[in-house]
Parts: sequence; C-alpha cells; structure tokens
Amino acid sequence: MPASPAVPVLPAPATVPPVPPAPTAAELAAAHGLTPVGARSPLAEYARLLWGRRHFVVALATARQTALYSGARLGQLWQVLTPLLNAAVYFLIFGDLLGTGRGVPDYIPFLCTGVFVFTFTQSAALSGARSLTDNAGLVRALHFPRASLPLAATVAQLQQLLLSLAVLAAVLLADGVPLTARWLLAPPALVLQTLFNCGLALALARIGARTTDFAQVLPFVLRTWMYVSGIFYDLSRIAGHAPHTVRLLLDVNPALIYVSLMRYALIDSVSAHRLPPHVWPLALIWATVAASAGYAFFWSSEEEYGRG
Amino acid sequence: MAEPPAEQVPDRMGTRPTRIAPAAPDEAAGAPSTTSLAAGAASAVPMADGVAPTKPAAAGPEPGSAAPSDGTPVPTVIVDGLHVVYRIYGAGTGHGNATAALRRLLLRQGSPNVQTVHAVKGVSFTAYRGEAIGIIGSNGSGKTTLLKAIAGLLPPERGKVYTDGQPSLLGVNAALMNDLTGATNVILGGLAMGMTREEVRERYQGIVDFSGINEKDDFISLPMRTYSSGMAARLRFSIAAAKNHDVLLIDEALATGDRAFQKRSEARIRELRKEAGTVFLVSHNNNSIRDTCDRVIWLERGELLMDGPTDEVVAAYEEHTNK
Repeated sequence: MPASPAVPVLPAPATVPPVPPAPTAAELAAAHGLTPVGARSPLAEYARLLWGRRHFVVALATARQTALYSGARLGQLWQVLTPLLNAAVYFLIFGDLLGTGRGVPDYIPFLCTGVFVFTFTQSAALSGARSLTDNAGLVRALHFPRASLPLAATVAQLQQLLLSLAVLAAVLLADGVPLTARWLLAPPALVLQTLFNCGLALALARIGARTTDFAQVLPFVLRTWMYVSGIFYDLSRIAGHAPHTVRLLLDVNPALIYVSLMRYALIDSVSAHRLPPHVWPLALIWATVAASAGYAFFWSSEEEYGRG
Repeated sequence: MAEPPAEQVPDRMGTRPTRIAPAAPDEAAGAPSTTSLAAGAASAVPMADGVAPTKPAAAGPEPGSAAPSDGTPVPTVIVDGLHVVYRIYGAGTGHGNATAALRRLLLRQGSPNVQTVHAVKGVSFTAYRGEAIGIIGSNGSGKTTLLKAIAGLLPPERGKVYTDGQPSLLGVNAALMNDLTGATNVILGGLAMGMTREEVRERYQGIVDFSGINEKDDFISLPMRTYSSGMAARLRFSIAAAKNHDVLLIDEALATGDRAFQKRSEARIRELRKEAGTVFLVSHNNNSIRDTCDRVIWLERGELLMDGPTDEVVAAYEEHTNK
C-alpha cells in the first residue's frame, strides 16, 4: 500500500468506526506534553493568568469608558455631567414633587450618595452580563482568560464612580456638610463594594453568555432592587413597621449595606444608629462570598465562552 | 537504517502523500509527516499497518525524551478522529413571531426545528513543529469548522484535539473592537495576548508599519469601524502576527490584503515557522498555499480526502475542481 499512487480515496464506509484507537493519539500527546485543547486551567493557575492580564483589564476598561462619549461634542465632560444630571432628575421627582425627602436631613447629599453608589453596582451588573456577548469578536480572535472581560466592565464602572464621587464631594462641601475623619471610612467601604461587584459581574456574565434573554430581564430586576434599597428615602423609617422577617431581609440587602456605609462615611448627619445592624461584618461577608462564588462560577464554564 | 535522523529520510518516500485507507482509519491518527526543515521540503511518510505512530523513523530517537533540535519531529497538534456537529436552533420557517414563540413555550414544545449539520467527520492528522499546513477544499467542506475546533472554540462531538499551548485563530470574522481606534486595538490586542506594557510599547510601531495602515494617512487614530475590510483584516493579522504563537490558525485572513501586504505576510508566516511554530492556512488561493505551505490537507464534505506534500495534493485538487 505505501507504493500506491497519489489518488484521492473514497470516504470511509459507514460500517467502519471512524474513531481510531484512543491510546495511540493520547499517548503521543502525553509523550510530548500536549493537552486537550480548550481545557480550562485549574482555579489557582487561572487566577495567576488573570493577574498577568491586569494591565489588559485596566486598559480595556479605560478604552471602553473613553469610547462611550467619544461621539459627543462635549466628550469626556459627560463622564461628570451624567451623574450630575441623574442626581438632578431624582431630586426633582423624589425630593420636590413626591416629597420622599421630608424628614431626612441633608436630603441632597443623602440622595446623591445613594444614587452614585447604587449606580456602581447596577452598571457593573448590567455591563458584566453583556461583557462576553459585547466582546464576542475579541473572544473569538484572541486567547486570554475570559474573566478579564467582566472584570474590565467592573473596573470601568469603578472609574466612573470615582469621578462621580469627586463630583459628590464638591456637592457635599457646597451643601455645608463638614469634612470629618469619618471620610476615611469611604475607601474600605468602596473596596468591599468593588469586590462584591466583581463577583456579581462574573456570575452574571456567565448567565448572560448562555442565556441571551437574560440581558432583557436584568434591567427590571435591577430597578426593583434599587427601589427596595432605600436610595430615595430613608428605609429605616419605613422598615420599622414591617414584620420581623421582611425587616431582616431588607437589612441584609448588600446594596443597602454598601450605600449606608458610604452615607455614614460621608454625611455627618447620618448617625451610627441609623445603620443596619452588623453593617461592617455583613459588608465583609457579602464581598468575600460574592467574589469567591462569582469567580468559581465563572471559571467552571471557562471553555464554553465564545462558542457558536 | 541505524538511527537515521529525520532529515535523512530517503527522498523516494518524501514525495508521496499519506493515503487514508478506509479499512485502517487509525493510520490517519498520528501518521508522522516528517518535515525536514533543513532541506526545506516536506515528506509525508506512509505508514505500514501496526507501526506505532510514536516512532516516525525506523529506529529514530525516542520522541519526547530527546531535545527537539535533533531533528525528531515534535508534534504540536494531534487531531484524533474529530467529529464536529452543529446544532442550529430556529432553522426552518414560520416560527419567527411572538405568538408562535409564546405558544411553543406554553405547550412546552422544544424548538421543532433543530437541525444538525455534521460538519467534520472523523478527521485525524498530526502536525509537527515548523510545519505550515494548507487546508483546501470547496466552500462548505468544513475547513473553517476544523480550524475552530483546533482553536478550542467548538466542542468536538467525538474525538479529541491535543495541542501544544493555546492555538490562536485568525479569521475574517474576528473583529476586534470596532468603536475603538486602531491604535487602541493594537495596544489592547497585545495586552490580551499576554504581552507586557513594555513589549507592547516596543512593538507598537512595528505592528503599525507592518499593517501599512498609516501609509496613506493617519488612519491608525481613527475608529476601526471606519476601516475598509481590507484594512481591518491587515491590522488584525499584524496584531496577531506580532507575537510568536505555538500554533497559528489563519482563516482566509490574507485574502483581502493587497499584493504588497500578502508578500509581507507570507514572509512573516515563514518567520513564524522558523521560530518553531506551526501555521495552518485556509485559503482558496492555490498560489498562496503553494508559496507558504509545505503540506496540504484536502477536506471534502467534512472528510479528509488527502494529506501530503503541497504540489501533489494541490495538483489533485485542481484536477478535481477543473473536471
């Protein structure tokens, strides 16, 4: 047979099993250290790979954030104008027209802090859920740990929040809120919230990549979450009349916890007794649980992303 | 024949394509197409039944134990009885509207129109370090699907693909980020491939020059959506080719570039091969296959028809298509 001329042969008949005996190929692969393609790296190794892409994550986040307003004439000014306009709209509706702010001291700072901090979680969740489908071209073109994408989405929102917080600081000081030592509590609260958001974005990214309908439903879920998180009103006044279990559920809500912590840190008139119970331990627990569970959940489907 | 290094495989064996016999499908797996880089010519060694594929030459050095520099072909991609099946949902007609979708949901009917396409049927071959392998075949013969499966983007239905490191697929559809500028895409692409910031800074100008994007005007600072398809393909290739890949899969990516760019990219593919990588090239341009590849795989209807030196397989393919 080796002497046969170069003639194309007919396809194998259906009776012949087309799969050759596995050991030979597998042995050859093992002998040369070849690995099955697309197999995901172990959890710790994956973390190392991800750390190696940290500059990519930050560069992608910055590029996305810049591209967002590159079509507008005012350009990057919108990064500051958008949160300001948001706060103005909410103030007009909930503060002036509906009067939800009655009885809340320093209502404008209270509202702005709530809106900005919740928007961070909300946008991280939304853009995290879309991060794999939005970057499908990149996923199919180049190989990198896919978790870079939801993490970049979160980092982009963190950059936006830092700008918003700068605006907020100006609003607070203009409104006569004193600069106290409590402001030092803002960075740790922000770190914990960022960890929580990373985990959330990772988990939602996996769901969003598999179920495309998810991106349609998520905005409604997030809006409901915003309304029960006491962004526009002081939840502790309303929850006081609620049954014990409802109150408990409202109080462990991570969004409420991170928003309350930031309000406590920045606004002098928000006193410690208005915070939900066990607020710091809960903030820490939510951050660690969300980050590790989200990471593991995303990782366990790593080889599936970008298919189809 | 006492311990002949692979380069000295006699020439009479070097001009014959591997023949895939229907009765012995395991021949296809790991049939060692011994490539001689020194001689610059490929030689596909036909295998007798029963010879273990781990021993390419009659008494060659033990693979794996020896250093790759001694001429032993080092496999970089092993495709073992690969089957790929697409499942297409929502094929067929009459189910596009909302009420039909709702009724299906309420009646708990699965989508009635799931079609399966058996795109790759039992393909087996082994690629070695330093080889450039062309994949030819008519449209819809499974070339792109095979590349996607090698890249790990499509799960095999049966069979396995083993690779050395992570193969990179470079295709016409692989858009980077269209709303970002070419410059940002170069930087992000480099970082995504695992370069450090310093490496990206060093190679940036080289990538831009190679792509030739800036030859006419300062196009690199424009968003990629403003590029013509040829320009975008050139930039994508330039980014991917800036790094030395263990296995690079190129899917028609060179077809859109002009002649000067094609020459440059062919030279770069030769360089990549020298740097001990393996390159797969899907193309309908037989001349470009002849210029860059030393081994060619001919796919038809998802099956491997021929696997051997470029001249013979391309000649047979041309004879077939001109019929």
